[in-house]
Amino acid sequence: MRAGLRNQRSGAGARAVLLVLLGAGFWTAVFGLAYRILRYIKGVEEIGPLLAGKMLAVALLAFAAILLLSNLVTALSTFFLAKDLDMLVAAPVDWVWLYLAKLGETLVHSSWMVVLMVVPILTAYGAVFDGGLLFPFVALAVLLPYFLLPTVIGSVATLILVNVFPARRARDLLSLVALAAAGGLVLFLRLLRPEQLARPEGYRNLLEFMSTLSAPSHPLLPSEWASGALMNWLLRIADPLPILLLWSTAGAFIVIGASLHRRLYMSGFSKSQEGNNTGGARAAWHRRLAWFLGWLPVTRREFVLKDVRVFFRDATQWSQLILLAVLLIVYVFNISALPLYTGERVPYFLVTLVVFLNQGLGGFVLSAIAARFIFPSVSLEGKQLWLLRSSPLDLRAMLWSKYWVGTIPLLILALTIGIVTNRILHAPPFMMFMSIVTTVCYTLAVGAIALGMGVLYPQFETENAAQIPTSFGGLVFMMAAVSLLAVIIVVEAIPVSEQLRAWQAGEPASPPTSLLVAVAAVFSICAVATVVPLRLGLRRLAELEA
Amino acid sequence: MIELSQLTKRYGRFTAVAGIDLTIPKGELYGLLGPNGAGKTTTMRMIAGILQPTSGTVRIAGIDIQAQPLVAKAHLGFIPDRPFVYDKLTGAEFLRFVAGLYGQGGRIIERRIDELLELFELDAWKDELTEAYSHGMRQKLIISSALVHRPDVIVVDEPMVGLDPKSARLLKDLLREFVTRGGTVLMSTHTLEIAEAMCDRIAIVHAGRIAAEGTMDALRIQTSSGDASLEELFLKLTGGLSDRELSDLFES
Repeated sequence: MRAGLRNQRSGAGARAVLLVLLGAGFWTAVFGLAYRILRYIKGVEEIGPLLAGKMLAVALLAFAAILLLSNLVTALSTFFLAKDLDMLVAAPVDWVWLYLAKLGETLVHSSWMVVLMVVPILTAYGAVFDGGLLFPFVALAVLLPYFLLPTVIGSVATLILVNVFPARRARDLLSLVALAAAGGLVLFLRLLRPEQLARPEGYRNLLEFMSTLSAPSHPLLPSEWASGALMNWLLRIADPLPILLLWSTAGAFIVIGASLHRRLYMSGFSKSQEGNNTGGARAAWHRRLAWFLGWLPVTRREFVLKDVRVFFRDATQWSQLILLAVLLIVYVFNISALPLYTGERVPYFLVTLVVFLNQGLGGFVLSAIAARFIFPSVSLEGKQLWLLRSSPLDLRAMLWSKYWVGTIPLLILALTIGIVTNRILHAPPFMMFMSIVTTVCYTLAVGAIALGMGVLYPQFETENAAQIPTSFGGLVFMMAAVSLLAVIIVVEAIPVSEQLRAWQAGEPASPPTSLLVAVAAVFSICAVATVVPLRLGLRRLAELEA
Repeated sequence: MIELSQLTKRYGRFTAVAGIDLTIPKGELYGLLGPNGAGKTTTMRMIAGILQPTSGTVRIAGIDIQAQPLVAKAHLGFIPDRPFVYDKLTGAEFLRFVAGLYGQGGRIIERRIDELLELFELDAWKDELTEAYSHGMRQKLIISSALVHRPDVIVVDEPMVGLDPKSARLLKDLLREFVTRGGTVLMSTHTLEIAEAMCDRIAIVHAGRIAAEGTMDALRIQTSSGDASLEELFLKLTGGLSDRELSDLFES
């Protein structure tokens, strides 16, 4: 245990450095982008500051939606499932202090990620509109009540839900609602076609443009008050109404939340101690799956069955499929929205670029899916590791089961995305062939890297599967997967580009020697990227102590 | 049969288990006693193959668990102190999965599962997810899982925690019956009455070493304790708060 702690400490320094570098890079990128956009917008005559204010309101509204969803799930943990609650509820602590302490905890846990996003954006606003040294304090005074509102709403909604359903069932329900809503939000924002806002000339007149801008807004929305308060400061307008509205509403919400907490918390907390009697799990498809897998040796069959059952019965795991579906719809929608085939012949360079962009983005989507579903698979064995380690289970059989259970669906998905998007892009047959070969090789490799990294950076204490991909190991996996993708694209770029040029020019196809060399190279790289992580994972798994 | 030879586990400079030698033959129920942090659970987890020893060997049914882990573990049933099971499996599915880990399946195992669930009065809960089970029910399910593959050796850490009196009695009878039929049981417990009543031999572990070992009579002779109870022997070997210290605690 102590040796483990020492190893953790030595690794913690490297992690901190990497996280600081990544954070700085992310902040610089977001700040740079926001700064450029704002500089451009500020220069637009008459409507510049108005447009900047509207953009801020839309961004704050989107953050509020994210915060609301995040608070729903967090409030359930902090108010009803946290391990310290037994002690706190049994102690002679005044209910108001318990409420305020847990509200503060919910606020911090659910909002820190949004704060990370907001800081560089508001810094850009301050820099472009010359906010001065006091601007950070003004921003803090605006954002604190603004972030408190979704925290109170989330905790009240959770309080009511827990009084209706047992806590565990409520958690499943909330995960599902939160993910479905998040998916809906992403779809809604994408289908708004925000890229059109960047082309005001596409609108018939200024009035139509402005009406599009004001669509997701209302004077009674707190996002309007928050953006109003911030823009008032930046544009030197003396109007304290927005900030007063924010603070008074936040105060009123806290009072309402506290009085509901006083009435409903104890009955809800008592209910949250009850088990989740699901009424059994006798689905016929489980029996059919067992019959279908009858050809496998008994250990592997039972392992696959266990993994599939646990996945589909755990709402925190399977509900992520909703986000996956949204991600795929948005991705295919984006590809189909590309203005490539409007009747004119497109330069081969652009086609090559788009085809490679598709390969890259498709690969990135696959990596994200592997991070969600394959990376956590060993961590999820955490508390049951005693059973696996004390039984005569061949660890290779366990890794084998986890690898194929995760990789086969990923492969089917990857091939579907590849074929559909290449058809939409009118890719030539050889490009389709290259895409399929690359997709198969990359998917097999990325599945192995996800599994291997999942063993090297296990998260055995996490109770929510959705949190595992956001760990340090998940980050390292994403970096490794994206690096592999970049190597593959670099290896394929020149030979594929040559073939595309010949195809577009209608020239007879040159001997595809360079293409075959590239395919062989990609195959070899992916084979190494498949075998090495699995071997490392197997070795680490043998060393893991439960 | 369990054989430990110079079994040692170190975490950095801290030694949790310091060169334990122990042989538990077939047909014996052996008790491991000791204060919290004495090294009992670490020893048992090394025997079960969950922790790797820093040095020394563990042999189960004559097989070195480090040299041939899969063969050695096939003879073993392990019952941990904390009943962690897969929440999203039903009781029957969990037992089927455990049998699968030991390469066993089919009708014989289905019958065995029904027998065990009935024995522990879990048959009505057979098709319910284990997340709906109480602590005691989970403990009974784990005990069933240690028996489902018919092991030769059972290693059990704090077996009575969470069990109702009826189930505790059932487990005692079951373990005694198991050793009568030639099985080997190594059991750790803090309940000294249970150890005194059930175990053929007892070891008292203190600071990673066996402080005393043998039958109750042998322990009394080793510690020159006349006809002292196991509790008195235990406190003599491991140290306890004196009356004066307790008095100071409440008066200060």
